[in-house]
Amino acid sequence: MKIATSLLAVSVVLLSLNGAALAQTKGGVIDVATIGEPPTLDPMASTADLVGMVTQHIYETLYTFDKDWNTTPLLAAAMPTISEDGLTYTIPLRTGITFHDGAAMTSADVVASLDRWMRIATRGKQTAAIIESVEATDDHTVTITLNQAYAPLIALLSLNNSAAIIIPAANAEQDPLTSFVGTGPYMLKEQRADQFIQLVRFEDYHSIEGEPNGYGGARKQYLDEIRFVPVPDPNTRVEGSVSGQFAYADSLPVEAYDRLSGGATEPLVLKPFGWPAFIFNTKEGLGSNLAFRRAVQAALAPQDMMLAAFGSEEFFTIDGAYYPDNFAWHTEAGTDSYLPAGDTEKAKALAAEAGYDGVTPIRILTSRQYEFHYKMAQVAQAYLEMAGFKVQLDVVEWATLTQTRTDPSKWDIYISHSPFLSEPALMGVLNDTSPGWWVSDAKAKALAAFNAEVDPARRVELFADVQSIIYDEVPLIKVGNFNALAAQAPNLEGVTPASWPYFWNAYLTE
Amino acid sequence: MLRPILNRLGGMLIVMALVVTIVFVIVRVTPGDPAAVMLGPDATAADIQSLRDRLGLNASIPEQFLSYVGGLLQGDLGQSIFLNIPVSEALLNRAEPTFFLTIFSLAIATAIALPVGIMSAYLRGTVFDQAMTTISMVAASVPSFWLALILMQFFAVKLGWFDTSGYGGPGASFAERMHHLVLPAFSLGLVSSALITRFTRASMLDVLNDDYVRTARSKGMSERRVVLRHALKNALIPILTVVGLTAALLISGAIVTETVFGLPGVGSLIVSAVLRRDYPVIQGALLIVAGLYVLINFIIDMLYLAVDPRVRY
Repeated sequence: MKIATSLLAVSVVLLSLNGAALAQTKGGVIDVATIGEPPTLDPMASTADLVGMVTQHIYETLYTFDKDWNTTPLLAAAMPTISEDGLTYTIPLRTGITFHDGAAMTSADVVASLDRWMRIATRGKQTAAIIESVEATDDHTVTITLNQAYAPLIALLSLNNSAAIIIPAANAEQDPLTSFVGTGPYMLKEQRADQFIQLVRFEDYHSIEGEPNGYGGARKQYLDEIRFVPVPDPNTRVEGSVSGQFAYADSLPVEAYDRLSGGATEPLVLKPFGWPAFIFNTKEGLGSNLAFRRAVQAALAPQDMMLAAFGSEEFFTIDGAYYPDNFAWHTEAGTDSYLPAGDTEKAKALAAEAGYDGVTPIRILTSRQYEFHYKMAQVAQAYLEMAGFKVQLDVVEWATLTQTRTDPSKWDIYISHSPFLSEPALMGVLNDTSPGWWVSDAKAKALAAFNAEVDPARRVELFADVQSIIYDEVPLIKVGNFNALAAQAPNLEGVTPASWPYFWNAYLTE
Repeated sequence: MLRPILNRLGGMLIVMALVVTIVFVIVRVTPGDPAAVMLGPDATAADIQSLRDRLGLNASIPEQFLSYVGGLLQGDLGQSIFLNIPVSEALLNRAEPTFFLTIFSLAIATAIALPVGIMSAYLRGTVFDQAMTTISMVAASVPSFWLALILMQFFAVKLGWFDTSGYGGPGASFAERMHHLVLPAFSLGLVSSALITRFTRASMLDVLNDDYVRTARSKGMSERRVVLRHALKNALIPILTVVGLTAALLISGAIVTETVFGLPGVGSLIVSAVLRRDYPVIQGALLIVAGLYVLINFIIDMLYLAVDPRVRY
C-alpha cells in the first residue's frame, strides 16, 4: 500500500513536471483584479504601489532587482563601472532595444528620462541634490557624476514606483505624461477608467538571454494579453477569484483564506509582505520627548496587536528586526527593546521619567482603509491605558490621514505600513522631511556612513548601526511582520509571489 | 397653465444654485487633498504643494468658486483631476450602465410590486396578504449590498451564469454589457419592489372602499374591470410618486450596488471621486444628479395633471 502510494506520488510529480515543460506555450489572456484604478500610468509621478505594479509591464528601468533583492541590469548592459572615489558611474546600455513606437533606444533617451526623473519624481528630486550631471558618453553609454558617494543610487534607479523609467526623449517634456510608451514586454492597448487596463504583448521586445531571476533576467512574454481590472470591493475580488473570473487577485482580506482553497482559485501567501508601524511625531507635542517614546514602546504588546490585526499566526510573525532573515540586511542589533508582550511596569517608570502628566491624551491618527491599522490601534489603546496613558483615537478616512499627518500640530502617532524595501536608505523614517520629522545627529552620522559605503558586505554591517539608532531613539515602533494574501487560478503558472506581482513570465496551462 | 410651470422652473433654478454652492463648500472644507492622493504615500510636502499649484488648488476659495461658476455658466463642468478628461465626458462615459441599470431595476421592481400590491389589497387580511406583507417588510430591511453578495454567491460563483463583477472586457458587445447588469438589476429591483408594493397596497386599499367602486360593482361590472380600470387609475398618484422617487434614487447611481459589482457607473464614479478628492468630478456629478432629481420631480408633477384632472397647479 505504502509503495503503491509513493509510486503514485512519483508518477503524479513526473506527470506534472512533464505537463509544466509542455505547457509553457504562448497565448492566453488573463484578468488581474487590483484594488482600484491607478491614479496615473506615469510611474515617475507616483509612489503608489498600484501604479508600480501595473506600469512595470509597460516601462523598464536601467536596473532592477533579482530574486534575492540584489540589483541586476535591465536596460543597462551590465552593472555600472564605479570610479575609485565612488563619484562616477559609467553605465553601458543594451543595444537593439526599441520603444513601443518603434524608435530605437539610445543614450539620449536615457539622459532625457533621468532628467525628467530628477525634475518630477519624488525620489528623483531627492537624488537630484547629489547628482552633478547625467551625460551621454556615446550612443550606448551614460555617465552619472555625483557630488558625494551615494551607494543607494543603483537601487533607486531600480525601483518601480517614483521610478526612473526610460521613455523616448521626445516624450520626456510631458508633464503629466500623455504618451505611455516604454520598452517593456507589454504595451498599453486601451485604458478605460475603472473598467480595465489592457496590455498586449510587445512583439519587438528584446528579452535578456537566459532564465528569469526575480524582476530581472529573461522576460518570456507567454501571455497575449494582461488586463488589470479595478475591483475596489475586497469581497468581490474574493468571489471573482472563486468563480474563476480572475486569474489573479491582489490584496485579499486574510479571513478569505479558507474560501479560496480548492476550487477555481488557490490562496497565495506572500510571506512576509511588510511591516506595520506606529510613527511618532518627533517634532511637536508628546512625541518630541525621547523618554515618552520609549515609554510607549514598552507599553505596547506587539504579539496581541498582530493577533488582533491578522487573526491567525499563519499571517504574521513577531519580529523586531527591520528586515526578516531572508534578507541580507537582517540583523538583531538593538532589538532588545522590542518586547512581544510589552512591559507595563517599565512603561509606567519611563512615563514618569518623561514627566507625562496623566491627562494629555496621546492622539493616535489612523484610518479604516486598512482594517489592520485600526485593530492594532484599538489594542494599543488598551495597553497604553493600562500603563496610565490617556489615548484619543482619531479615526479618519485615508485621504484625510495623508493630509493630516503633514501637520505636526494635529497628531502624536500615526499608523502606517511598509513593504520590505530592497534598499534600507529608502525607508520613510530615514528621510528627515517625511511626517514624523525625525532628525538627530546620531542618525545623520550613521546614515552618512551607510550611504557613502559602496562595499555591499560593509553596508550590511553599517545597517546594523542604523537599526540600533532607530531602536535607541524610537522615531517609530515596528509592530511585526505580516503576510499578504492573493489568489491565483491553478492553471496560471510562472507567477512568483512578489510585493509588486508581475506577469511577463506567467503562462496558462489547461 | 403656463404660468405655474414657469414658476416651478424658476424654483428649480434656485434649488440648483443652492446645490452648486453647498456642494462646492462641503467639498472644499472636507479634509484630504487630491494632490497627496495622486502622488502616493512617499511624496514630499513640497511635491504636493507644487502639484496643488498646478491644479489651481492654492487659489482662495472665493476665487475658485467664481472661476467654477463662470465655467458652469458657459456649460463647462471642469476637468477631472485624476482622469484628465472633462467632467462632462467622464459622466457621459459612465451614463450607460447607470441608465440601463435604472431601467431594468425599475422594470423588475414594478413588475413585482404592482401585481403583488394590488392582489394584497384586494385579498386584504388573507394568508396571501399577510405572507406578502411579511416578505416585503423583509425585503425592505435587507441591505442591498448583502442581497448583492448573496446573488453573486449563488448565480455567479456557484452556477457560473454571470461574471461576478465588471462590465465586460475590451470590445464587449452591447449584449455582453447588458448581461453584466442582470444581477445588479435584480438586487436593486427586489429591494425597491418592497417599498412600491407597500405603497400600491395602501393606495389601493384607500380607493377600494370608495363609493364609486361599490357603484361600479353594483352595475355588474367584472371584478377585474373594477379593480384594474376604476380603482387602480385613482390609486395611481401615490404609486407614481414612489416609482418616480425610486427612479431618481436609482439614476443618481446605485452607489453601493455599483461598487459591489464593479460597474463603471455614475455611482461608482462618485465614490471613487470622493475617495480621490477629485473635486471637479464630485461637483459635476452631484450637480447632474441633483438636476435629474429636480427634473424627475417636475415630470411626476406634470404626470399628475395627466392622470388626475382634479389636480391644478
